[in-house]
Amino acid sequence: MSLDNSQHNSDRPPETNVKFWHDPAKRAVLFQVLLVGAIILFATYIAINTLNNLEQRGITTGFSFLNETAGFGIPLSLIEYSEASTYGRTFIVGLLNTVLVAVLGIIGATILGFILGIARLSDNWIISRLAAIYIETFRNIPLLLQMFFWYFAVLRTLPSPRQSIEFFGSYLNIRGLSMPAPVAESGFSFVVIMFIAGIVATWLLTRWAHKRQDVTGQQFPIFWSGVGLIIGLPLLAFIVAGTPISLDHPELKGFNFRGGMTIIPELVALWLALTIYTAAFIAETVRAGILAVPHGQLEAASALGLPKVRTLRLIIIPQAMRVIIPPLTSQYLNLTKNSSLATAIGYPDLVSVFAGTTLNQTGQAIEVIMMTMAVYLSLSILTSIFMNWYNKRMALIER
Amino acid sequence: MKYDPQPTLPAPPGTLGVVGWMRKHLFNGPFNSIATVVLAYFIIIFMWPVIDWAILSADWIGTTRNDCTSDGACWVFISQRLNQFLYGFYPEAETWRLDLAFIMMAALIAWLIIPKTPFKGWVAAFTLLIFPFIAFVLLSGGYFGLESVDTHKWGGLSLTLVLAVVGIVAALPFGILLALGRRSHMPIVRSLSVVYIEIWRGVPLITVLFMASVMLPLFFPEDMNFDKLLRALIGITMFQSAYMAEVVRGGLQAISKGQYEAADSLGLGYWQKMNMIILPQALKLMIPGIVNTFIALFKDTSLVLIIGLFDLLAIMQASANDPNWIGFSTEGYVFVALVFWVFCFGMSRYSIHLEKRLHTGHGNRA
Repeated sequence: MSLDNSQHNSDRPPETNVKFWHDPAKRAVLFQVLLVGAIILFATYIAINTLNNLEQRGITTGFSFLNETAGFGIPLSLIEYSEASTYGRTFIVGLLNTVLVAVLGIIGATILGFILGIARLSDNWIISRLAAIYIETFRNIPLLLQMFFWYFAVLRTLPSPRQSIEFFGSYLNIRGLSMPAPVAESGFSFVVIMFIAGIVATWLLTRWAHKRQDVTGQQFPIFWSGVGLIIGLPLLAFIVAGTPISLDHPELKGFNFRGGMTIIPELVALWLALTIYTAAFIAETVRAGILAVPHGQLEAASALGLPKVRTLRLIIIPQAMRVIIPPLTSQYLNLTKNSSLATAIGYPDLVSVFAGTTLNQTGQAIEVIMMTMAVYLSLSILTSIFMNWYNKRMALIER
Repeated sequence: MKYDPQPTLPAPPGTLGVVGWMRKHLFNGPFNSIATVVLAYFIIIFMWPVIDWAILSADWIGTTRNDCTSDGACWVFISQRLNQFLYGFYPEAETWRLDLAFIMMAALIAWLIIPKTPFKGWVAAFTLLIFPFIAFVLLSGGYFGLESVDTHKWGGLSLTLVLAVVGIVAALPFGILLALGRRSHMPIVRSLSVVYIEIWRGVPLITVLFMASVMLPLFFPEDMNFDKLLRALIGITMFQSAYMAEVVRGGLQAISKGQYEAADSLGLGYWQKMNMIILPQALKLMIPGIVNTFIALFKDTSLVLIIGLFDLLAIMQASANDPNWIGFSTEGYVFVALVFWVFCFGMSRYSIHLEKRLHTGHGNRA
């Protein structure tokens, strides 16, 4: 077909006789106009239907419901929240709870994942086999199933509040772990200031030490002096200010514990499942990153006489991290998205309290789902912006 | 002078055989020796109770919970509920239809993945184009004198498989179109594809399922009635096609530019170029990626229990809450985990094997 056309075209001058549907540029314009038209038609159809349906159900559109009183309690809230708070506040509470479990999960999964990834490459057969078994087991079992296992089969078998397991003034029972809560008293802000001062001082010291090493070649024990500054300074301030912290002990009142702070079992189950599941994926990422460092680099390092630990710190890790960080961030993003499974065990995250309870109470399906999706979407856009920035920075450093 | 080679010396003692292997892999250096001993100790300490619970002192035979007398696992629970785990609430007299459909599917897939079977192209076309209709008729009935079975009776492993397989097969054409759109030179088509792909990849599946179950009924006229399964399938397909598009894009990018240029210089049109030159090569490269997204989807199908469908995990959960069998949820979780694990591990091994086989050494990887 196309061959015939080109022969035709060669007989005659092309600009006069080409039909517009044989001109790719014009055809593309036509096709795109049709496509946009079809999408607009479809969107209008959906919009009309939606408005009709909403009218029939007596639901008013708009975001005014965010100012109405929610009237339901949330078992875990990082900010002030009561049943008299608004739906807008439930959104914030849910969002913060999602962030809480995501941050905890990311910390746990990173530590466990790096240990496993390095263990997978160990020359000890038992260590590398164990890591491999761990990775292959937990990667291939649905996260929801793991979550259910931790929640229903493990944490639900804990005793009732009256038969709590007691240790160090903490109580472990089916409602969670009740612990003494530290309460800051006057003078504690001094400790916080010293902590920040320690971090700043360590940063300045590191810069100075690097500069001095560049000029004179002399090294400075940055690590230990940093530890001294960041931990020692606040500790000193803590003692000088007269230990400005008191403990709020939990007490059994009726059927439950009051006071102190309680770690709810839903959080523990979710955190365990997210950590264990994501660590398996991170371990594979770490392994691939370390294997991506060419063997010549190792040989060069040992030819320079670098000891094993320094080879790892100065040669392998900087180069491996360049390979590891892009997939690692996408694992973090996955973990954050997976934290939405919380709704299945009743951890009050964004999906559970907002797309679940709030949606059921108000019926504002479109607004609620859109807001929920927008949160996750902006997280993933932020992550990809970070990734682009990181890749550019790495590309510049590369020689 | 006569050259007389000395006989080859035997390897130094302790470098060969079991002892040599152990020296090299378990006891090279003091740290590794200590680690080996400590870990071996812990493995024995932890594994023994597990083996004892799961196998040695477990109850295997019986019909009720009273047959579970020992301390170990009560596998009677699983064997008594196996039919429900496999078929959900599907009428017992009709379960042969599910068996037939899944055996056919297994046979077709086996035909496709075993190397050197004839007529692969035709079998693939049959599997993708005609088999879905056969399976649909078998499963839901209503034609050819088959009793009609409502979708709310579907459940268990068969529902899990239906969700995963339909999700992946329906997402394939959309994914190909989206990937072609993303690489298109038409600005509007390209940006629409990018927006679609990035939106669905940026949100969790659970919000998509929520959306499908609460927003979809709002989008269409009142009399248009989607049942729960169809809504979940629409949600999964929309979600999955974004992921599929990225897999397809990876395959398209792996085809060298020369192939595109060669097709252009032959005067092939866009669709001819894609259908005859690019996609046949790219699809082959995509199979491992497709298998990997299938594994992810297969695990994610368990989320449908949140919108009230009874897949394998949900039905196990429901059975474990049955007053007759309360207290055996651990056995249930272990069984379901094992089923998922066997499927996912098998598929991931196959995908690795395929990647090695497809990697014929023309690429730039070492």
